Amino acid sequence: MNTESTTQPVIEARQLDLTFQTNDGPIHALKDVGLTINKGEFVSFIGPSGCGKTTFLRCIAALEAPTGGTLTVNGMTPDEARRNRAYGYVFQAAGLYPWRTIAKNVKLPLEIMGYSAAEQAERVRNVLELVDLEGFGGKFPWQLSGGMQQRASIARALAFDADILLMDEPFGALDEIVRDHLNEQLLALWARTEKTIGFVTHSIPEAVYLSTKIVVMSPRPGRITDVIDSPLPKERPLDIRDTPEFIEVAHRVREGLRAGHGDDV
Amino acid sequence: MKQVFAILTVIAAIVVLWYAACVPMNIKGVLTEQERAGAEVQPPSAKDRRDMSEIGLTLDNSFAIPATWAQDRPRLPAPHQVAVELWETTVLKKITSKRSLIYHAWVTLSATMLGFAIGTGLGILLAVGIVHSRVMDLSVMPWAIVSQTIPIIALAPMIIVVLYSVGIQGIIPKAVISAYLSFFPVVVGMVKGLRSPDAMQLDLLQSYNATRGQGFWKLRLPASMPYLFTSLKIGIAASLVGAIVGELPTGAVAGLGARLLAGSYYGQTVQIWSALFAAAILAACLVGLLGLMERSVLKRMGMAQ
Repeated sequence: MNTESTTQPVIEARQLDLTFQTNDGPIHALKDVGLTINKGEFVSFIGPSGCGKTTFLRCIAALEAPTGGTLTVNGMTPDEARRNRAYGYVFQAAGLYPWRTIAKNVKLPLEIMGYSAAEQAERVRNVLELVDLEGFGGKFPWQLSGGMQQRASIARALAFDADILLMDEPFGALDEIVRDHLNEQLLALWARTEKTIGFVTHSIPEAVYLSTKIVVMSPRPGRITDVIDSPLPKERPLDIRDTPEFIEVAHRVREGLRAGHGDDV
Repeated sequence: MKQVFAILTVIAAIVVLWYAACVPMNIKGVLTEQERAGAEVQPPSAKDRRDMSEIGLTLDNSFAIPATWAQDRPRLPAPHQVAVELWETTVLKKITSKRSLIYHAWVTLSATMLGFAIGTGLGILLAVGIVHSRVMDLSVMPWAIVSQTIPIIALAPMIIVVLYSVGIQGIIPKAVISAYLSFFPVVVGMVKGLRSPDAMQLDLLQSYNATRGQGFWKLRLPASMPYLFTSLKIGIAASLVGAIVGELPTGAVAGLGARLLAGSYYGQTVQIWSALFAAAILAACLVGLLGLMERSVLKRMGMAQ
């Protein structure tokens, strides 16, 4: 599929299949999905609802079990990787606990994983700074805007310093202006932390702006129709979106989406 | 201010209706007394009066209306009679007196609190079991529901007799009946509360490889707090009813239930009504107290704004 063989693969899927048994009969959520994600890549999954992009992310996170094929994360099965706390997961909703302050929410995974109190405090301070929320640690979630809440949830996913960050439409519920701002911040954060990021989105500009690799998927059955290695440089100011290279990549993504599901767009 | 006015209007309407209801309810008794006292009553014969409607009698003998609010043993006592009785049996009586409503309320309250504690503890334990075990969900929940379909008035004497036969009496049987009524709302509310975290929250913990215990203490239990307080408010009112019902079949000599019973034996309607009001006031205070606790706990948890 792709040829960046110089770096080491973090996530490898081969002929991955997943069929859900429902009351209305089986649903083929993933069919013959093959993909290699290398260390430090920013990979976006884009496609219409039902194309299996979230399901694939959940398979990597071992929140869903494939029914066929192989999938390795850091060279282990996804479940072993989960038990080794290989990834941080950011959901569509921030899902902060309303009874915990922002700092205590970020501390939650650290408490569960048994870090010492001193280390917890230190890490919370570091990740809150990383997402620009210094000084908000003592606030309760309802005192923060939606964008700030989502940043806190990213800090929570970063707190235990997993190499992989899986994000399922994290900015889907936010308005365009906030989303632009968070996209910029996310790129800066990625550059600083050198994490491998899997990012599910509905938005073509978002996928093109953020990713080093864009995976275009289509539904019924959920499959990969195109994998685009982005020619854009690592440094990306927001106005890169007006350059011909950007527009060309966006065009190819749009073509891929159109080819994948005929007329149902 | 507008709200205060609206509330006072409702209360005034209730009081007016109550006074109005006293007239037809008590008119026959009043006319009999008036006749004995030598007053001229229409129609003069008690036999004729028996078959007449209360409204008709009232219209014919309007002079007797004030007396319907001042009888010794009215069918329906007037509000001020109940208020006077309440005042005399609380403020004017020593707490140690057997005629003090505070003494009787305390007897009932102690059984209520003990029963409420047992019921709440049992309810929370059952809810935790039901949420964590499919077997308990399927086997305990139906019995909990069935237990509440049996009228407590039928069950209470049996509980007292059974416990008495194994040598338990006094406050415990009352507390058991009270616990029997109060555990159910706690079970239902806590099961709902412990199950309130959504799939995303549970996935999040899964991604941290959290244990079930961690999931319980860090997510399920705190998430259930608002549900718990709602259940506790229902539970404590049910506890009080249970304690009063528990006093009825034993012929207890102390407690609000005993006051109700004694009042009905001797036709002391004023005493019955004042005991009823004492119970209602007590329940309102208990629920109000729980409301205050709820506000302060949820505020401290950051869940109330």
